[in-house]
Amino acid sequence: MSVIYGFLESLPFSMFQYDFMKNAFLAAVLIAPLFALLGTMAVNNKMAFFSDALGHSAFTGIGLGVLLGLKNPILAMLAFGIFLSLVITKVKAANMASSDTIISVFSSSAMALGIVILSGHGGFSKYSAYLVGDILTVSRTDLLVLLLVLLGVYVLWAVFYNQLLLLSINRSLAASRGVRVVLMENIFVIMVAVAVMVSIRAIGILMINSLLILPAAAARNVTRSAKGYHWLTTVFGLVSSLAGLTISYYGDTSAGATMVLTAAVLFLITYPLGKYRK
Amino acid sequence: MQTHNSCGLCSITLKDMQVVSGQDTLLDHINLQFHCGELTALIGKNGAGKTTLLKAILGERPYKGEISYQDHHGAKIIQPKIGYVPQQMDFDRSTPVSVSDFMAAARGKSPVWWKIGKSEKKQIQEMLEDMNCAYLADRRLGALSGGELQRVLLALATNPVPDLLILDEPVSGVDMAGLDLFYHRVTELRDKYHMAILLVSHDLSLIRRYADKVVLLDKTVIAQGDADEVYATEAFRSVFGYLEKEEGEA
Repeated sequence: MSVIYGFLESLPFSMFQYDFMKNAFLAAVLIAPLFALLGTMAVNNKMAFFSDALGHSAFTGIGLGVLLGLKNPILAMLAFGIFLSLVITKVKAANMASSDTIISVFSSSAMALGIVILSGHGGFSKYSAYLVGDILTVSRTDLLVLLLVLLGVYVLWAVFYNQLLLLSINRSLAASRGVRVVLMENIFVIMVAVAVMVSIRAIGILMINSLLILPAAAARNVTRSAKGYHWLTTVFGLVSSLAGLTISYYGDTSAGATMVLTAAVLFLITYPLGKYRK
Repeated sequence: MQTHNSCGLCSITLKDMQVVSGQDTLLDHINLQFHCGELTALIGKNGAGKTTLLKAILGERPYKGEISYQDHHGAKIIQPKIGYVPQQMDFDRSTPVSVSDFMAAARGKSPVWWKIGKSEKKQIQEMLEDMNCAYLADRRLGALSGGELQRVLLALATNPVPDLLILDEPVSGVDMAGLDLFYHRVTELRDKYHMAILLVSHDLSLIRRYADKVVLLDKTVIAQGDADEVYATEAFRSVFGYLEKEEGEA
């Protein structure tokens, strides 16, 4: 770790004189590729609304953590995020209502429940930092957790990506090639739930979904192959996160929101180029 | 009826299959046999359970009863290979996935976001060449025309050579020339590899031309035989009227 710190300090940026900025930078370096991988598939599967709901459900996770007396609510957030994502997937599969209605019901209920619990336990305001996030409070332990999640997702992505891709193109076709479709759907939503929950403190409930969706949405405007899509999404994620963090430091703005705005600019630039893509 | 079955006991048997959804019975007492080297057409009105039956065969829907695959010696095939050409490809057309990505992903080798190996690329090229569409390899899947997409899907569905090839309304949105090309190729494959083919289609004249056997479905099998036999049944007339008989006579 001291080697990385030393390297960052040698860079000609005054922000790296502070440990919290070094940690924030490293957090962005870990979160960007993590979200890039998952974002490519979330956009393929038209799941932007789903991941948004998952972000909102963090309120209930935090609330449950408070009720259980946990010092750090991350375990409760993870458990509730995974639970909610599996329930939404199951209810969607029953086809009793349109999926955007189902997701909306779960999203608003989970958010309301969280706010009710938190406002009943000492006031909501002390948890409002979760709304916009604070990447400057990321600790070394948080970085280790992010690194482990990133490595885990890379391994799962290497093993399951082909099946997930086929599933995103046609469910029955995937089934005909031996893909266990329900299992794959569940594995993917669990990955998204874990990635969202471990990053939410840094990025914020309001911003997290944008960081998942925007780099992938920008990259798909200008790419034709799965490989190009992945790498360009990763580059866009890194560029928007690091540029956003730097701008937020010098402009004294919210880091998460500045990262998202940078990603939105990338989308706006690439969007008109989409018509030249064959 | 022209038969192409030269595979001995090779067949797929559906025994007393039932599919339920909540309180509704979608399929009941389905007993069928699809022989290798035969093209069996599945017909029926909308809601008769054709798609449900396909999904059950594909393993996508739970069912009661038994589906068994036998090779030409009559021995059971434990892990049958199924080729499937879907009716609709309702994926997001703007998705950055090339034809090669799609085929490599379906063949399950190294993750396509990382790389597609040289030998894999070569094999995909050969599969596409076999369907006269090698030029599509690097095109984006969502940018293909209906006919091009069907050829790619057929190339994939027939590699490896499946024990059962399922074609679900495979030529919707394809022009007449493309349609003839498609079925010509399908019958060639049937004769060359003696694979069992199950076709769902609403085009009754096309079925008369290409199918060896026709199964009329309405929650259960209400008629089966060759096209002329099935088209002459009361059950068929009650579903489709006399339209097709007149067309056949013309």
